[in-house]
Amino acid sequence: MNFEEHAGKPLLRAAGLETPPGGLASTPDEAARLAGEIGPCVVKAQVPTGKRGKAGGIALAGTVEMAAAAAERIIGMKIGDYLVEKVLVEGQVPIATELYAAVMNDPDSKGPLMLYSPEGGMDIEEIAEQHPTRLMRLPVDIRTGFDGAAARAALPASDAVEADDIVAALGKLYQAYADNDAELMEINPLVLTEDGRLLALDCKFTLDDSAIKRQPELAKSGTPDKLTGLEGKAKDIGFKYIELDGDVGILANGAGLTMTSMDAVRHYGGKPANFLEIGGEAYTLGTEALQTVLANPNVKSLLINFCGAFARTDVMVEGIVKAWKVVQPDVPVFFTIHGTGEDEAIAMVRDELGMEPFDIMDDAVKAAVEAAR
Amino acid sequence: MIVRGHETLLVQGITGKQGTFWADKMREYGTKVIGGVNPKKAGQVHLDLPVWGSAVDAAGDTGVDCSVLFIPPLGVKAAALDAIEAGIPKVVIMTEHVPVQDVMYVMAAAREAGTRIIGPNTAGLVTPGECFVGFMPAFNQRIFQVGNVGVISRSGSLGTLVCLNLVQAGLGISAFVGIGGDPVIGTTTRDALQSLDEDDRTDAIAMVGEIGGKMEEAAAEYAAGMSKPIAAFIAGAASPPGKKMGHAGAIVMGASGSYEGKKAALEAGGISVTPTPSFVPGILKERLGACA
Repeated sequence: MNFEEHAGKPLLRAAGLETPPGGLASTPDEAARLAGEIGPCVVKAQVPTGKRGKAGGIALAGTVEMAAAAAERIIGMKIGDYLVEKVLVEGQVPIATELYAAVMNDPDSKGPLMLYSPEGGMDIEEIAEQHPTRLMRLPVDIRTGFDGAAARAALPASDAVEADDIVAALGKLYQAYADNDAELMEINPLVLTEDGRLLALDCKFTLDDSAIKRQPELAKSGTPDKLTGLEGKAKDIGFKYIELDGDVGILANGAGLTMTSMDAVRHYGGKPANFLEIGGEAYTLGTEALQTVLANPNVKSLLINFCGAFARTDVMVEGIVKAWKVVQPDVPVFFTIHGTGEDEAIAMVRDELGMEPFDIMDDAVKAAVEAAR
Repeated sequence: MIVRGHETLLVQGITGKQGTFWADKMREYGTKVIGGVNPKKAGQVHLDLPVWGSAVDAAGDTGVDCSVLFIPPLGVKAAALDAIEAGIPKVVIMTEHVPVQDVMYVMAAAREAGTRIIGPNTAGLVTPGECFVGFMPAFNQRIFQVGNVGVISRSGSLGTLVCLNLVQAGLGISAFVGIGGDPVIGTTTRDALQSLDEDDRTDAIAMVGEIGGKMEEAAAEYAAGMSKPIAAFIAGAASPPGKKMGHAGAIVMGASGSYEGKKAALEAGGISVTPTPSFVPGILKERLGACA
């Protein structure tokens, strides 16, 4: 789950890092009032995505009038997929040097990875490419936490900042990462001011989705995924549904098999209408799944592809048969069923629906693609 | 991380619904299930098997070869640390949605103790005709037959389909290694590939990957030095970038983790990449024939 800058920064402050004074505004008047309190300020679009500056979502405002004008322009803008509804108004800071710091979950070291570079002010990808020797990559043992001495030894040399100050700031950043079940906690830029203070000017925080259950309060200030009406409904029921722009509907179990069904549809010349999987604990949701996939008016044919390991195909098909009587599909449906419970499942499709499942997945896919034409 | 029939298995979470169902299935198939763990039910008997309060107690003086966890997400860290402390060499974690910081804690402890972690979010391991650990339908003879193809999969359902395709084509399976669909996992594609490369019963390998991460790329580097033929299917060619496709690990960010990048890396490592899983057996048969 992604967090907007204004929702991430309190986590940095709770760990002892400093951020510029500021507040949130959803109208130009509110932005003007904040600018009046703060003085010369920066007006920043609040959306859970990067490249806000390049998109024109960040403006310097020297006066109250300029702050109001900037807010007027930025609120209502579209950045990436997001409509800007709020701006963060923050005091301007006399910047001496821009730095980069982050902690992230790293699949390679299978632990937290701390990143730091004295070459800030650009994306991490650019730093890694342009200044590879100036980027510290320090694996952290999550059991013992941040090791200041190890960080000090690994810091890229810099005349601009005191090593002790940086190590202290990195320790606080690590704490913010660890306390909040972060997948990523990034400060870009971390700045050294002309009067020698270290300030976090931005914060990119991603909460590990698997930790939302034990961080319910924190998750309330995150930005939920942008979902269509059907996608949101599916999420509430308990399965994953993603709308795509094709016309071959897909209902499968397991993420791998569902992606494969989409790939096969494309390989045989069709276009998938959706991703929908009822694997894992969701395998009892056949009824809701069939209703969801057929609620998309673009669907011209439907592929039902079950391969049961943990998920029992007989239970999934039972759900489909139940829904069938209510939904009365008016598009051709093609089944292919294998694995746990397949004999009962295939018999049900034959007896209850009068259809013959395909023995080979590719044949079912070809038929579904053909029928959508 | 291959498990063979002579190895003993402990089931942590044996008294739960899934633990009960699969412990029984595993034992029926021939897996040497010695019993299970539930800290609140120590001393009880379940499925005619002993229940211990911890893996440490279960391992006792004799030791256990492998443990499997049917444990809810927030209990996995403690249960896995228990298994590591018990000195169990292989720990298979079935659970999906384990907080990643918990997983990383387990990985750090496992590395220090020399424990092999498989998963989390894996469908488990199968040696057809001998044993299975987890919830793959090993007992379904249309899906699992004894043979000489090793299968590596990030996904249970798709791994099942690939095994079915192999058996339909008259091939059999030496070992199925489910590695799991999470972003941080104990056994990577490369680790599994190396163990199948070193396995005497395996002559060819079917690799089932997914978009997201860099695991297939790392495996391709290892494959370049192998002589056993490998065919790979990578799911996700038709998936839109920037979205998690069901598995937490299956997400493409920028160029990283993309289907095209994986296909190119695998082909550079001498691996045939197929457009759908049903082409895997044909390629392996052809390449096995050419080797013989």
